[in-house]
Amino acid sequence: MQLYLPIAEVSVNAFLLLGIGGIVGFLSGLFGVGGGFLITPLLFFIGIPPAIAVATGANQVVASSISGVLAQLKRKAVDLRMGVVLLVGGLMGSTVGVWVFAVLTARGQVDLLVQLSYVFFLGFIGITMFAESARAILRSKKPGAPIRRAHTHNWVHGLPFKVKFRASGLYISVLPPLAVGALVGFLAAIMGVGGGFIMVPAMIYLLGMPTKVVIGTSLFQIIFVTAFTTIMHAVTANTVDMMLAILLILGGVVGAQFGAMLSGRLKAEQLRILLSLLVIAVAAKIGLDLLLRPTELYSLAPGVLP
Amino acid sequence: MIRLLVLWLCLAWPALANEQIVAGLSQNRVSITADFDGSEILIYGAVKRDEPAIKTPPLHVIVTVEGPSTPLIVRKKERRFGIWVNTEAVQIGRAPSFYAVATTGFLDDVLSETENLRHQITIPRAIRSVGISSQAKDSPGFIDALVRIRKEEGQYRLDERSVQLTEATLFRTDVVLPANLTEGMFRVRIFLTRDGVVVDHLERQINVRKEGLERFLTNLSREQPLIYGLLSLLIAVAAGYGASTAFRLLKS
Repeated sequence: MQLYLPIAEVSVNAFLLLGIGGIVGFLSGLFGVGGGFLITPLLFFIGIPPAIAVATGANQVVASSISGVLAQLKRKAVDLRMGVVLLVGGLMGSTVGVWVFAVLTARGQVDLLVQLSYVFFLGFIGITMFAESARAILRSKKPGAPIRRAHTHNWVHGLPFKVKFRASGLYISVLPPLAVGALVGFLAAIMGVGGGFIMVPAMIYLLGMPTKVVIGTSLFQIIFVTAFTTIMHAVTANTVDMMLAILLILGGVVGAQFGAMLSGRLKAEQLRILLSLLVIAVAAKIGLDLLLRPTELYSLAPGVLP
Repeated sequence: MIRLLVLWLCLAWPALANEQIVAGLSQNRVSITADFDGSEILIYGAVKRDEPAIKTPPLHVIVTVEGPSTPLIVRKKERRFGIWVNTEAVQIGRAPSFYAVATTGFLDDVLSETENLRHQITIPRAIRSVGISSQAKDSPGFIDALVRIRKEEGQYRLDERSVQLTEATLFRTDVVLPANLTEGMFRVRIFLTRDGVVVDHLERQINVRKEGLERFLTNLSREQPLIYGLLSLLIAVAAGYGASTAFRLLKS
């Protein structure tokens, strides 16, 4: 069934969109990430204009994050105070990101920025996560190996403006969470992602938060950052396609629930290693596109009247 | 005075003894609804004349359908630091979002270059690209690329010998409008030519409009972007909440 998308002004198969939403939702439920890093490249691939893919992707992440955070709230696995601090940083980063996105769109370099961000961040996170989970699996097979400490004290703990984060059991400066939030907000705006794949490792390794509150807190702040990004894109560029969003969301929320069911049956290390392989695969695909000679050297973009 | 009269007669004669087009469209309105999957428009007509048709040079028909024009930027990728990035760009003043040319014969035989220049009939002529030569080294390459990309997408089409002409009087052709259509007024032009010279032409319009939900969403996103954005969020929130509640109820 073909469906004409009113804002993107392209006609696509409705079941294809439901399927993409469903698969990404399944993976996001399985791994506890928003899934934006998958949905935006997939939308590019089926011919949705980049600006619309990024803005609508952000809207879809809102839905999947809400679906996820409700489950986490019930388990009291959300550090609301930390979430608010990350959020303040996130909104600042997102404002700058939307502005940079608009400037680069006008100069024709937005594709490059988005692609480079994907290759760099996904590649880095993917490889780190793979190495870390491979070590964890090896360790579990070797009994008697030393257990890693939950968190270590480093330079991050020497900064001023210290605040107590009770749910995380932390007493640290607000500056690192603000900075992490700002970086993720910036990326959310230019990549159309929630930034969970950056937020989660940053919270564990940089802020030293306990793993059990990390996913819930990350999802909590992602909801607000992506909601803000959606509104900003809708107001500054009219690039949110509601019809596209509805189909992706419908597929996504259903897929996410099935993913969450399956995630209960797999081990944490296995899950992480699968996710890292997926992340590396996406980074490699986008990296190859940059390195190989494209079949069409020219591209068209809407212009402005001189 | 007599010279002037002769001159006037020479100029006006072909127009007087002329063959005139009488034409119709199968529809002068195309609605883009949610399930819009392209459309086919039948353009038909006849040639009206006072005296029997002359045999040579043979009569030909050219039909063009042109979508609303917009300014465009064409960018070219080059290898820089090992990766492919956009480097040169050319601003195109106006290029139609859709352009189809259908003819009875090969375009080179049925239309002279002078007449093409006057009526702007072929695809490259439909693109207004004044002053692009200063913007890039190989500026014609950018126009070629624009035409090539749009042809691949089915937005630009040259269908030679796709107009059927019967007894030099009745003609008909079908023009396929693709699924990814932009809304606006589409201009249909019909030309009659003999020996490459246009003897008559006629213009009609097709109104392509988004309808129903499509129209409502487009208008809302442009006129009330904040409300539109909030509405998009509301749907996301409701769907996220709804799905997790529904599955919890299903499980218990």
